[in-house]
Amino acid sequence: MLKPPAHASPLERIWHYAFIAICAGVFLFLIAPLIVIIPLSFNSLPYFTFTEEMLALERDAFSMRWYEDLWSREIWRQSMVNSLFIAVCSTVLATALGTVAALGLSRPHMPFRAFIMGLLISPMIVPLIITAAGIFFFYARIGLTGTYLGIILAHTALGTPFVVITVTATLIGFDHSMTRAAAMCGADPARVFFKIVMPLILPGVIAGALFAFVTSFDEVVVVLFVASVEQQTIPRQMWAGIREEISPTILAVATLLIVFSVAVMTTIEVLRRRSERLRGVTPA
Amino acid sequence: MTDAATTDAAPPANGPLTTADGRPLKSALARAERMRRVKAMLLVLPLLLFIGITFLSPIALMLFRSVDNPIVADNMPRTIAALEAWDDHGELPDEAAFAALTADLAEARRNRTIGRLATRLNYETGGLRSTVTRTGRRAQRLKAPFKEALIGLDGDWANPETWATIKRLGKRITGVNYLAAVDRRYDVDGNVVPQPEVRRIYIGNFIQTLWMSVIVTIACLALGFPVAYLLSILPLRYSNVLMILVLLPFWTSLLVRTTSWIVLLQTEGIINDILVWSGIISDDGRIQLIFNAEGTVIAMTHILLPFMILPLYSVMKTIPPIYMRAAASLGASRHYAFRRVYLPNTLPGIGAGCLLVFILAIGYYITPALVGGQDGMMISNFIAYHMQRSLNWGLAAALGAILLFGVLILYWVYSKLVGIERLKLG
Amino acid sequence: MKRLLTASVSAVAALGLWAGAAAAADKLTVVSWGGAYSMSQVKAYHEPYEAKKGIKILSENYNGGLAEIKAQVEAGKVTWDVVDLELSDAVRGCDEGLLEELDLSQLPPAPDGTPAKEDFIAGTLHDCGVATILWSTIYAFDAGRMTGGKPRTIADFFDAKKFPGKRGMRKTPKVNLEFALMADGVPPGKVYEMLSTPKGVDRAFAKLDTIKDDVIWWETGSQPPQLLADGEVALTTAYNGRIFDAAASEGKSFEIVWDGQVWDIDLYSVPKGSPNKDAAIEFIKFATGTKRLADQASYISYGPARRSSVALIGKHFEAGIPMGPHMPTSPGNFKNALQNDFEFWADYQDELNERFNAWLAN
Repeated sequence: MLKPPAHASPLERIWHYAFIAICAGVFLFLIAPLIVIIPLSFNSLPYFTFTEEMLALERDAFSMRWYEDLWSREIWRQSMVNSLFIAVCSTVLATALGTVAALGLSRPHMPFRAFIMGLLISPMIVPLIITAAGIFFFYARIGLTGTYLGIILAHTALGTPFVVITVTATLIGFDHSMTRAAAMCGADPARVFFKIVMPLILPGVIAGALFAFVTSFDEVVVVLFVASVEQQTIPRQMWAGIREEISPTILAVATLLIVFSVAVMTTIEVLRRRSERLRGVTPA
Repeated sequence: MTDAATTDAAPPANGPLTTADGRPLKSALARAERMRRVKAMLLVLPLLLFIGITFLSPIALMLFRSVDNPIVADNMPRTIAALEAWDDHGELPDEAAFAALTADLAEARRNRTIGRLATRLNYETGGLRSTVTRTGRRAQRLKAPFKEALIGLDGDWANPETWATIKRLGKRITGVNYLAAVDRRYDVDGNVVPQPEVRRIYIGNFIQTLWMSVIVTIACLALGFPVAYLLSILPLRYSNVLMILVLLPFWTSLLVRTTSWIVLLQTEGIINDILVWSGIISDDGRIQLIFNAEGTVIAMTHILLPFMILPLYSVMKTIPPIYMRAAASLGASRHYAFRRVYLPNTLPGIGAGCLLVFILAIGYYITPALVGGQDGMMISNFIAYHMQRSLNWGLAAALGAILLFGVLILYWVYSKLVGIERLKLG
Repeated sequence: MKRLLTASVSAVAALGLWAGAAAAADKLTVVSWGGAYSMSQVKAYHEPYEAKKGIKILSENYNGGLAEIKAQVEAGKVTWDVVDLELSDAVRGCDEGLLEELDLSQLPPAPDGTPAKEDFIAGTLHDCGVATILWSTIYAFDAGRMTGGKPRTIADFFDAKKFPGKRGMRKTPKVNLEFALMADGVPPGKVYEMLSTPKGVDRAFAKLDTIKDDVIWWETGSQPPQLLADGEVALTTAYNGRIFDAAASEGKSFEIVWDGQVWDIDLYSVPKGSPNKDAAIEFIKFATGTKRLADQASYISYGPARRSSVALIGKHFEAGIPMGPHMPTSPGNFKNALQNDFEFWADYQDELNERFNAWLAN
């Protein structure tokens, strides 16, 4: 495919190579910003550009000092713990609520499906600043500002649309006669769910959970509006760092987060393929 | 369902069909149907309630905040009552109103609410804050006739406009925040007039927000279309590898990507270094690439590009290559075939991608706040500014309501054109 | 699924308990502006107080303003105990009932017995706040990068011909309008009178127009030294302490131009309804004592708010240089100085902010 067809005219050849070049450029645009900061996070000097020593690959030019700095600062450790705690709690909640709702939405008898779906997806569409402002007003009334519970609930609301979408997607084309068949064979509803439905939707549930996790883990706007110092999260800490002084420590955090996103992406891909295989959808 | 269909096809000769326990089949079926609906509903209900409480009700509360205006009415009840009969055509109200004002301000000072009152009035007319707080401090000791006393204290009380402002803000439900959000205000006669030119800001910013979102959308389409096309025609084992280059940014934290762009684009950053090194610019002539609208558009395009590529790709994947071959065999040039056959088939993907990117771009906050500088600000940044800095929450809510309205229209268009259920991730 | 639900329900319940338990006080949350400034407070106030009282002080940063305090007070859930406020915010917060009123007679007297009310410099004690420092907005440059002559006056900051290059300025009208008028020849004593008239505001913006294209706007106090160090700007307005800190601790060749400095005070206040109100007031009494205020001046070059502290000002804790000459109030620096008029800004900040934002966008 990277070669133009043999019968192509010279103009078509030029056009073809131009097309390949454009695509290469776009891929570079997509990935270069992420790749570039990784070596910079090992810079032994507090600069954000490659020093001559780094380009010459001298050993002294690289160091782990920003990672050590990161590890030695209590605020970053605390942020990591908070981020994980908030993300795990809101993921569990969002996954439970979203999966059950998706099961209801995919039943053929669901009334007002489109409208309800629209409502349930809306947290994903409404600009975060509006959500954050609304939640701020709301929490200010009921005293949830500056609490873990408040942030977890808000992140749960933001995460559920992803669970609903991914689980609903795995249920498209689900043959409901299977559950009836199981019920007629004497299985109670819980058994039907865990033996028939769960294996089918599991990839969707896990994918949705990962989305919900990443949504919470990466969320900063709501945290900026309703969190206090005790709920400092990693993105919040990065935001403060970028606004005040970008120390290379931020690049070290960024590098770790990139590694994390590689892991998430790999998991999702594996799940997607498994799901397609299970449902008999061959990748086109 | 199928049972019902077959029985309908062969109606019994006499009487309604009944179930084993003797009830009419029709109502039994209707009942079963209802039960299924209720069951489906019950499954959805927990999330619906949850979203209703933690998400929809806060937004409703915000919309209410944009018209809610209790401060003046709560703190100046006597004054508002006294001003009821007064019509503000260039004349001052009577002595009773001055007396009422004195009493109200004295009480507001005792209750320590005068600051809030003063701040609220100051949003409308700069300078009223000190007039109100100063008057409040002395109000206790003022003696009749209050008209002379107050005017002697501060010249603002001799200005009918001050009184008109108080009367107007005395209404508990008000549209002044929306007027302010579109650069309008009331003049002394109660007509809606544009703000003075030096204070017009929000309309211009709404336009700027739309304009930047359009540019980001177009840039995403221009960059995303060839890539999606390439991915859709490559054999799977190649496209899967290249897909990683699209998905990795998609899964990477927004803040990480914004940080990268700051590092790349700053004056002493890598892009400028490369330009200097290659001799395109001199060391003194480094280009300002960040903290302006251009830098914001570049970073936002990068962040939103996957949201364009993924829907385009999933549509292009479904277009059978045989279409193009058929067109070619009918004598169409590649260019003609592409334009008349392929492109129309990708329209659903283009529509979905553009709407999604546009909806996400229009509400962007973090990236413009970090790299926007002076001319890359979007409307979200002003909402945050009024939420956190000026504390004019009513105005923030009004700006938010306008933005929300725009987004909901786009969302509705999306659901009609693309279908919410087709929203795909990853 | 059921197990999952039970698990999440109990998790939420546990959280609720935890959030409730966290409110109990053997710790204080003290909120300040971050960077070298917070560090100086931690060294001079927090650490000695922790050692003395055995309680933990949580140090949080913010970017000024009353938004967070207002939210906490309105929600009835105050998590900040002591906040470092600018004067205009302290006055406004007091007027709006967001801050506790403090009993100023409880403040400890000076070592020689002078009552606190006389020991504090005039205008530094307020109903809801006790001043700790006098600080100043100045402009600075990097002598190492300045090739020609050095800038000396506030007018030089606006002179793009004599001193070419980018300028850093804080992204607010506050102080910038004052600088513009002083650079345009208005004496400090007339600045606010001038700014109260539409003509004066026009004049200030016209002066800002002359350098608008060269300005990089900063928002937090730690940005200007960074901008100077990175060579992103040639000149930048900044808080004097931050510039001094970069010069003293990091050995930068930064120099301050004191001409036309706009000085202000920072106060410690207690948000209304703080659950640790008494402990917070104890902390403020401790921190604003003569010795503590003098001690802070050896970490950062802000002037102490007590007269009795001035004599005790020593040397910089690392660099060992005497701190006296680096104070905004030192006679050599104080010649052409302007005090920030909080009353003016409380009155006109809304419309001037709007105008400033409109001006930025066009």
